[in-house]
Amino acid sequence: MLKIENLHAEVDGKQILNGLSLEVGAGEVHAIMGPNGAGKSTLAYVLGGRPGYEITQGTVEFLGQDMLELEPHERAAAGLFLGFQYPVEIPGVSNVQFLREALNAQRKARGEEPFSGGEFLKVAKEKAGLLKLDMEMLKRPVNVGFSGGEKKRAEMVQMGILDPRLAVLDETDSGLDIDALRVVGEGINTIMRAPDKAVLLITHYQRLLDVVQPDFVHVLAKGRIVKSGGPELAHQLEEEGYEAVAA
Amino acid sequence: MNELATLPTTRDENWRYADPAWLASADLAQLNDWREIAVPAGETVCEILSVESGAERLRVHVGQGGRFELFAINAAGPYARAEAEVTLEEGAHFEFGGVTIGGGKNRQEFVTRTVHSSPGASSNQVVRAVQWGQAVGNFLGRIEVVKDAQKTDAAQNFRAILLEKGASANAKPELEIFADDVKCAHGAAIGALDETAGFYMASRGLPPEVARKLLIHAFVADAFEAIEDEELRGEMLAKALNVLDEEAV
Repeated sequence: MLKIENLHAEVDGKQILNGLSLEVGAGEVHAIMGPNGAGKSTLAYVLGGRPGYEITQGTVEFLGQDMLELEPHERAAAGLFLGFQYPVEIPGVSNVQFLREALNAQRKARGEEPFSGGEFLKVAKEKAGLLKLDMEMLKRPVNVGFSGGEKKRAEMVQMGILDPRLAVLDETDSGLDIDALRVVGEGINTIMRAPDKAVLLITHYQRLLDVVQPDFVHVLAKGRIVKSGGPELAHQLEEEGYEAVAA
Repeated sequence: MNELATLPTTRDENWRYADPAWLASADLAQLNDWREIAVPAGETVCEILSVESGAERLRVHVGQGGRFELFAINAAGPYARAEAEVTLEEGAHFEFGGVTIGGGKNRQEFVTRTVHSSPGASSNQVVRAVQWGQAVGNFLGRIEVVKDAQKTDAAQNFRAILLEKGASANAKPELEIFADDVKCAHGAAIGALDETAGFYMASRGLPPEVARKLLIHAFVADAFEAIEDEELRGEMLAKALNVLDEEAV
């Protein structure tokens, strides 16, 4: 589904990704762990196509397409979802309006019929219920006045509504209390655990991985994957620390 | 009040951002020809304005407890100015929502002078500017609170979004307060469209032009929030955004 080869990327002239290679197959959940400054968020942004993140070398293939050739909104329509570590506030634009426009823009790009207001609300209600987010919140402007936890749950509601093939989730667990963590983790499982979908979970901690159990765990350090393994690697990291494991 | 004896120049504070070429050939008699509106005590008058090329000047007197509402779209050029001089009696209110929107070399401005002449009057002014090309959007808002006008509550807010390098905006808030128990708030901000929000919206599948329109829609909507008639509010918004669709690059 996703094939990253020898990816080099820089931000403001500073090299952050340093020959990163990673392959994610359909039906798989991969976790990427690593110390601060390793390049985790950069990887997420590069995959999303954020302006200012310059790719100097390497390739990214997503569902058979050269992903680096696609604009950010085209990547979304192709089935990519980027869960933000810090979801952005958009004053004056309601979640419902935003997500319906976004969903229908994606459907249009894929040559599908747009959802009517009624059809959209039905899906929105179902996904909000799944993440235990009050439907009233979705009528409010995007992320404005939401607590940290509400923002993260709203991100997952967005993911549920947009129904991507691949979700890249950048520290979706940060800012969540234990109960919210469980709700979000189970939401990820319900929405994304399917034979034709995949998840790339970027996280610092084991605790989300107790709920969303990864098939593969990778350690990212200094801009590249330095170690890969099964779920046991996450436990080892938790116990011994990055330095010991990645050295 | 304020009759011009000679044509103003950009050295006059009130005309400092005006188009000098237009001013040089302006018609003095026409400039002195203010449209007068009197709002009777306790009544409400709502004025909807589509600003046209040139200068339009309104002089408004709002009687005790009356309310004057002015909502305006300024999408004209090459020079388009709408000016309002509003005098508020006791407990009266002035509500102003204005949008300048345009590109090219258009110079679009709102100029207000709000005189709180008696106690307990209030005013609220919200102006939004969306400019591209080499266009300029201006808001000159003067608030005067006379000595006895205690409990005045005056607010003024101007924000501009410049879609391209080369566009500009000027804000000139001016407060002259001679009473001591008053609330006067003003704010001004000029910036580009929020790139972080743009990327966030793109990452959800919105093409840049759709994302931009949504953001500008939300931005412009502030100016018309005080319009109670929902249908009218929608029309004003649509009209302003239409300019963006037809003219913006």
